[in-house]
Order: sequence, then C-alpha cells, then structure tokens
Amino acid sequence: MNSQAPVMNQQHAPDVGQPYTRNEQACHDLSIRVRDLNLWYGKSQALKGLNIDLFQKNVTALIGPSGCGKSTFLRCLNRMNDLIPSVHIEGLVEMDGQDVNAGKMDEVALRRRVGMVFQKPNPFPKSIYENIAYAPRMHDLVSRKADQDELVEKALRDAGLWNEVKDKLQEPGTSLSGGQQQRLCIARAIAVQPDVILMDEPTSALDPISTATIEDLMDKLKEQFTIVTVTHNMQQAARVADYTAFFHLGEIIEYNDTKVMFSTPAQKKTEDYISGRYG
Amino acid sequence: MSHSFDEISQQLKRRHRKSARLKWISMGALGLAGLFLVLFFADMLSKGLPAFQQAYINAEVRYTEEASRDGRQAFDQDLIPLISRTVVRVIPLQLRNNPEMIGTSEQRWMLATSEVDQYLKGHRNRLSDEEKAEIDERVAAGQVDLRFNKTFFGSGDSKIAENAGILSAVVGTIMTMIVTLLISFPIGVMTAIYLEEFAPDNRFTQLIEININNLAAIPSILFGLLGLAIFINFFGVPRSSPLAGGMTLALMTLPVIIIATRTALRSVPDSIRHAAFGVGCSRWQVVRDHVLPLAMPGIMTGSIIGLAQAMGETAPLIIVGMVAFIPDVSASFTQAATVMPAQIFTWSGEPEQAFVEKTAGGILVLLSVLISLNAFAVVLRKKFERRW
Repeated sequence: MNSQAPVMNQQHAPDVGQPYTRNEQACHDLSIRVRDLNLWYGKSQALKGLNIDLFQKNVTALIGPSGCGKSTFLRCLNRMNDLIPSVHIEGLVEMDGQDVNAGKMDEVALRRRVGMVFQKPNPFPKSIYENIAYAPRMHDLVSRKADQDELVEKALRDAGLWNEVKDKLQEPGTSLSGGQQQRLCIARAIAVQPDVILMDEPTSALDPISTATIEDLMDKLKEQFTIVTVTHNMQQAARVADYTAFFHLGEIIEYNDTKVMFSTPAQKKTEDYISGRYG
Repeated sequence: MSHSFDEISQQLKRRHRKSARLKWISMGALGLAGLFLVLFFADMLSKGLPAFQQAYINAEVRYTEEASRDGRQAFDQDLIPLISRTVVRVIPLQLRNNPEMIGTSEQRWMLATSEVDQYLKGHRNRLSDEEKAEIDERVAAGQVDLRFNKTFFGSGDSKIAENAGILSAVVGTIMTMIVTLLISFPIGVMTAIYLEEFAPDNRFTQLIEININNLAAIPSILFGLLGLAIFINFFGVPRSSPLAGGMTLALMTLPVIIIATRTALRSVPDSIRHAAFGVGCSRWQVVRDHVLPLAMPGIMTGSIIGLAQAMGETAPLIIVGMVAFIPDVSASFTQAATVMPAQIFTWSGEPEQAFVEKTAGGILVLLSVLISLNAFAVVLRKKFERRW
C-alpha cells in the first residue's frame, strides 16, 4: 500500500461510488497521519502496527472493548504517554508534516496544538476565570487584561457555558456541576486555540442530559477543531462521529465513515461488537 | 443445614464477650495514657506556675553618700540578708550615673532573695528563725509580697536564682529556629519536589529515598557530632552560636520536611497534573502553578511539626556548645547563645532549691510554645484544606 495515501478501511477500501452522505465536502483534509505505530508498556505490546488518518474538522470516534488500546492511542497523539516511564513507542505520528515523536518536537508545543479533555472532569482548583485564562496567559496568547477577558468569554461561549457562569466567574471551578465542569474543561482546552481536541470518554462520568449537551457541543466544535473522541457508548459514536475506528486487542479492525460502519460493517468482529454480542 | 436463632446466639455470645473484653482493655490503655499525661501536666503546673511569681520587699531606700560607695548602706541592716544581691549591687552604679539623687530617699518594691521567695512559697530554705520572724512581720504589714515575676521573662540566665530569667534562651531559640527554617525549608522542599516530580524511578533514587527515611530515624546526638565536626571544626562557624546550632538542627529537620513534602505532593491527584500537562504546561509549570499550591498546607504543617521537634531538641545542641551560661541576650547569629531546652537542662543541674521551679517554669514556657506551634499547624491545615 502506498503509505502516502490516506488510509481508510485498510482491509476493505471504501467503495468510491458509495455516497458520503453528510461530510462529502469536508472530509478529506488530513490532520494527523499515523503509520505503523507500535507501543509497549514494559514488555506487553498495547498497540500493534496502527495505520490511520484523522481528518480535519471532523469528529472521529474510537470504539472498542475495554483494554483494546483506544485510550492509549489517543494519548499518543499529544504524547501524554511520555508521563508513564515504562512506555516505549515506535512508528510515525505525523502532524503538519512533522513527526511528533521526533527528538526536535517539544511535547509542550505539541500539546499547545493538541488539547485534551479527560474522562473525569478535572478543572483546576482555581476560579472559573483562572481555569480558562491560565493557559493562554502561559502561552503568551494574551497580554492585556481586556484581551484576556474577551478570550475567556469567547471560550466559555464556544463551550456553551457562558450564560450559566457569567455572573460567577470568580467562584471555584470545582463548585460547578459535573456536566458544567466538563464543559469548563472543554473551554479550557479551546482557549489556547488548538487544532485538535482529544476527548477521552468525555461523558462517561456524566448524566444523560449533560451527555446530550456535550454531544451537541462536539457537533458545533468540529466547525473549528478536529475532534478525536474515545467512547464506550456505541450510540454516542453513531450520533456524533463522522468517522469511527474500531479497536480490538491493540489493532484497528475497521475504520470508516460512521454511517457505513454502523450500517454495513465490513468485518465480522465489528459487526459483533456494534450489535452488542461482546464488549 | 440451617441453624435456629438460639443456636446462633449461643455461639455469638462468646464472640461478643471477647470483643467486649478487648474493648475494655483498649479503653484501659487509653485511660492509663491519659492519666500519665494528666500527672505530668499537674506536676509541671504545680512546680512551674509558682516560678511566674517572685517575692518582693517594699522598703525605704536611702540614697546617701555612703550608699554610693557601698550599696548596703542604703538599707536597714536587718534587711540586707533578705534583699537580692542584684538590687544592692546596682545602687552605687545608679548613684554614680545620677548624682542628683544623692541625699534623697524613696519607698519602693525590690527583689527579695530566693530564700525569702522559697519561704513564702512554703518550700525548703536556709533562713534562720529570726529572719523568718522578720519576714512574717513584714508580710503582715504588707511589705513583703509575691508579685508577677518580670525578671523571669525579662532577663537572661544568672547564677543568682532570683535574677535568672528565660529571655536569652527564648531569643536564642528564635534565632536558631530562623537559621534552621531558612536552611531546611527550601532545601527540603526542593529535594522532595525533585524526587517526587522529576526524578526517574530507578535504583539510585530508591537508594536516596531509603537513606532519607533512615536519616529521620538517626539519634539526634549524632547530628550534633556531625555539626561539631563539619560546621564548627571544618568550616569554622563560631561555637555556641545560633548559626552553628541552627545548621545542625537543619540537618535533623531536613528528612522530616522532605518526607512531609513528598507525602503532600503525592496526595495531589494525578488528574490535576494531567490537566496541566494537557494545556501545555512544562514540568516546572505543572509543579509551580498547580501541584505546589495544593500541597502547600501539607508542606507547611509538616515543616512546623519538624520545627517544633527541632525546638525541643537538646542533645545535638549540647555538642555544639549551646549549653553555655548566657546571661545576656545575644545580638547576632554568630554570638554565643543558648536555647530553651538547653537552659532547662542547665537549671535542672543547679543545686539551689529555687532553680527547681525555674526548671519547671522553663518547661512550661517551652511546652506552651510547642503546643501553640502545633495548634497553628492544625489551624493552617484546616484553613487551607481544599476539595478538588
């Protein structure tokens, strides 16, 4: 296979004639290219030769049973795995023409462009305002107080939280409800204007209503950002994702347009998983 | 096979008896520990509280020409054995400095000797029967009385019991603690930050960790020997000085602060670190802006407790010479000084009866400082305790 071409459903290339229903025009700008990515925790291999292309301004969902490596893969994209001493990575993760694992790539610079939202809402134990303003100030994106106020407001508006918190910006971020905290974390991530936002099961700790709010938000945010989300919830993947990758035992079994994948999965394993036969 | 409730209760009875017995034993142990504490405090308070009062005599002082040569001439002769030598001794000096006072006289309260003091407090003393009668007479006339002991809190050590005070030791302790804190806090906290947040987990760091833990368990007198050998003999730090003592105690406090800081850092949840790394913080920014502020209350409490421990330490300071007789409050960090526990130690070795209560009084002062420090640590922890 030509490694320069976008990888889409490695085993079964999509039928060109098949209609890409809703993202026909938006789909093919490459954001992150992954080739032959292997990852070991000590001696056990967690990711086995992954090849995948993530597209700009789309939502890509990573699904699969527990321990299949989807979260590990997600953390490869902003090098959060660096924090685990026993991890060993081989292969290419390329963004903007640069290998993110190369020696000259600063992981701080990478994380500035690839933001992250975690499974459990983890706002800083500071005021709501500080939660948003901290990172842009640190990255020298704003210097004047007025710019900073404006940026905080914009981030909170984009995260759909502004109306709920505009009167209590100085209250601690931890005083918000779980769903609000998670949106605060999203606002914090988008405040530094990244290209990609990684979401590691962002709604698994939330109630159904907060989950719906976050899903709507993801739909809106993909106009500005590339979103890669890990989810355990198949319906969620079907609802929010443009593309879906099915992980199993450290391998990508299938990667395709979400609609295609959920209607006519190419692999038996995928079909079994999405129809709930295991997982 | 099922059992009836009766059968089960039969067997349960034995188990309940056993737990009741254990409960009584542990309550007994607690009671005993409490009793010892109460006895200790009662003993200290009954011995020490009188030290905060001192016998004073109200009498006429005649500033005559003779008195400016010999202080004893200023008083009635039968009073001389009862008035503290320190009072008598300063009169000629006072008159030399203020010649216009010569020829006048005044009625004033003066420090009595420790024998009078002990007699009034009902302790053993060396007064003769005539002197006792004299005192009784004056007590009846309101001319001898126990009053608040300003000397104890306002002056340094003295060989004359009624003139001995704890001030120089208190100041010495404060200066020593300043040195200890300035050295051990930054070094300890930075060491802990390195070990906890930066260092790789390998054999070398594990070895360091084990050694730090061992260091916390070393008998304190060894730190004194180390301080003597290195700071005083090698680096030439002045002996007996708060600088030498503070540096020695810093060695001792260091492992306590390191361990406390590491525990505090470890209790900061990783989710905070991940959040900070996620927005692109460098490692140092993660520590400085997010981890350290959350760990601070724990670090402060640990350090205060370490400091309180150092404050009560005597053995290493004896080795570096801080048990010296220090009558004056030391003015600099390189001057000879003494500390509270060393002062207590010195007084406990004095043969005079009056020093027994000085010893207990000194212990009370030390204890109240330590208790307030620990209370401060608790308040600090409660105040800054935060949810996240």
